[in-house]
Amino acid sequence: MKRLLEKKTGHLAVYLILIGIGFVYLYPVVYMVVNSFFSAADLTDPSVTWIPTELCLDNFRKAFEALDFAKSFGMSLVMSLAPALLQTMVASLVGYGLARFRFPLKKLLLVLILITFLLPTQIMMVPRYVLFDQYKLTETAWVQFLPAIFGQGLNSAIFILVYFQFFSSYPKALDEAAEIDGAGKLKIFVTISMPMAKGATILSMLFSFVFYWNETYQSGMLFGSAIQTLPLQLQSFTLRYEAVFGADAAGTINESISLAGTCLSILPLVILYLVFQRQFVESIEASGITGE
Amino acid sequence: MRKEKNRHLKMEQRNALKGLAFVLPWILGFLIFTLIPLLNSVRYSFSAVTITPGKILLKGAGLEFYDYAWNVSTTFKLGLASTAMMIGCSTPVVLVFSLLAAIFLNRKFPGRTFFRAVFFMPVIIMSGPVISSLLTNYTVDFTSDGSQIVLFLSSLPGFLSKPCLFILDNLVLILWFSGVQILIFLAGLQKIPPSLYEAAEIDGAGAWEKFWKITLPYIKPIALICAVYTVVNIANYSGHAVNREIQENMFNTAMMYSLSAAMSWIYFLVVLLMLAVVYVLFRQSGRKEKVE
Repeated sequence: MKRLLEKKTGHLAVYLILIGIGFVYLYPVVYMVVNSFFSAADLTDPSVTWIPTELCLDNFRKAFEALDFAKSFGMSLVMSLAPALLQTMVASLVGYGLARFRFPLKKLLLVLILITFLLPTQIMMVPRYVLFDQYKLTETAWVQFLPAIFGQGLNSAIFILVYFQFFSSYPKALDEAAEIDGAGKLKIFVTISMPMAKGATILSMLFSFVFYWNETYQSGMLFGSAIQTLPLQLQSFTLRYEAVFGADAAGTINESISLAGTCLSILPLVILYLVFQRQFVESIEASGITGE
Repeated sequence: MRKEKNRHLKMEQRNALKGLAFVLPWILGFLIFTLIPLLNSVRYSFSAVTITPGKILLKGAGLEFYDYAWNVSTTFKLGLASTAMMIGCSTPVVLVFSLLAAIFLNRKFPGRTFFRAVFFMPVIIMSGPVISSLLTNYTVDFTSDGSQIVLFLSSLPGFLSKPCLFILDNLVLILWFSGVQILIFLAGLQKIPPSLYEAAEIDGAGAWEKFWKITLPYIKPIALICAVYTVVNIANYSGHAVNREIQENMFNTAMMYSLSAAMSWIYFLVVLLMLAVVYVLFRQSGRKEKVE
């Protein structure tokens, strides 16, 4: 009985704390969703705070158009999915090579990989821009794809290390058996090792995708105005809005419309998260990023 | 006998070559997209850049641009200071907060899935534009003038009150940087063998002792990972004054590339210094645990 009571109060305390902290995350999001439904009249009416008098879907229609949603969404999808795939492929190859083979300077390579993670994006901005500019690659998708293909994409180092960790920890016996049967290294890697590294692959794909989706600093610079992803469109929302609805429409843009825009640009990731919720958590647990 | 040895050696060499083949994409990428741009960035920062069609001319300028960034530019040092403040103040808060959140989320209680979903929101929604549009205008203000806490904190000596007020001012933003860290801590917590806790309970240890004697020592190496991640992540946040300044000055016609490069190197040195502090702090206290 006493134990049960203790457990109950324990739960209560946990709830209180979690709700308290969760508030910080929930409040802006709830505020955003609710306010995005406010009509212009509701916004100015001080008696309307949390519950709109009518669901004003017009905000979303305007934001949808201002963001050029269909096109930017497709662009975002391509610009996130393709680099995520490329990055995962290379990270798995490199991680495997580092974990399963002995060759000179391996330690140095590992250190260098760690260092690339620490290098801030802004230090690479100028010289990478110059590099891509020389070969006329700015404002093309290559600026996103090329570094990913060569393992220098967004946070590539993390994923290489995750694969390295995984391939170092699982038994070599399987590989060796296949080798005796005459399979080549690449074949072993593709048919035996990769299927075992499912956790690492899910982690790498999901997080690469999210990182790439959200990245705006470097891509904003390198893409110029040629490639507009959702977050980039959001960044210049007011400008977009004026471009779509005419300069004199600037006055009609209100908080609700820009919040609707924010809602729309978050939505795809929220759906992704809801679908892959379990994988997000489990993949981190399975990856051994925490060191075993 | 000798032949045998020879063959063995050859095998090893062949294997090493195969391993290198796996790692080759990364090595190439590192040279092309990281090392050479990095060296170029150093060169730009020390020289005046003029661009003629298809060619970039460099003329040695010594420390001119560093001098400009540091002594002439009115905004750079201010931005640098505020960003350093942000990193320095946020990192401990993020660490403590994400560890606490992870500990609570690790417990079994009804509704855990919901809370996990709420706490992972920042993992998904972490793009610069979205965060700034969510947080700059529409969030709770903890420091409305005249509240007792603010009055109390302002009365403290400057070295205490400044960071405290800063944290309060930016609490929401800081907490939004803790998403991935919660995940990492959570994964780490799940690796602690439950038998340890059971043994401690039999010996009569309470929750408090269990936290300090078991959880904390186990989680220390993971805390280092989280701390490094936090510093790098916040440093890369595109909304910072420094990052914006670097971006804006890139095409500063009088100081093409150079000023940006110089600024980014100064900034990098500051971040590096902070990383060193983090490393030393966690190194000393983490006795023998080493993350492999």
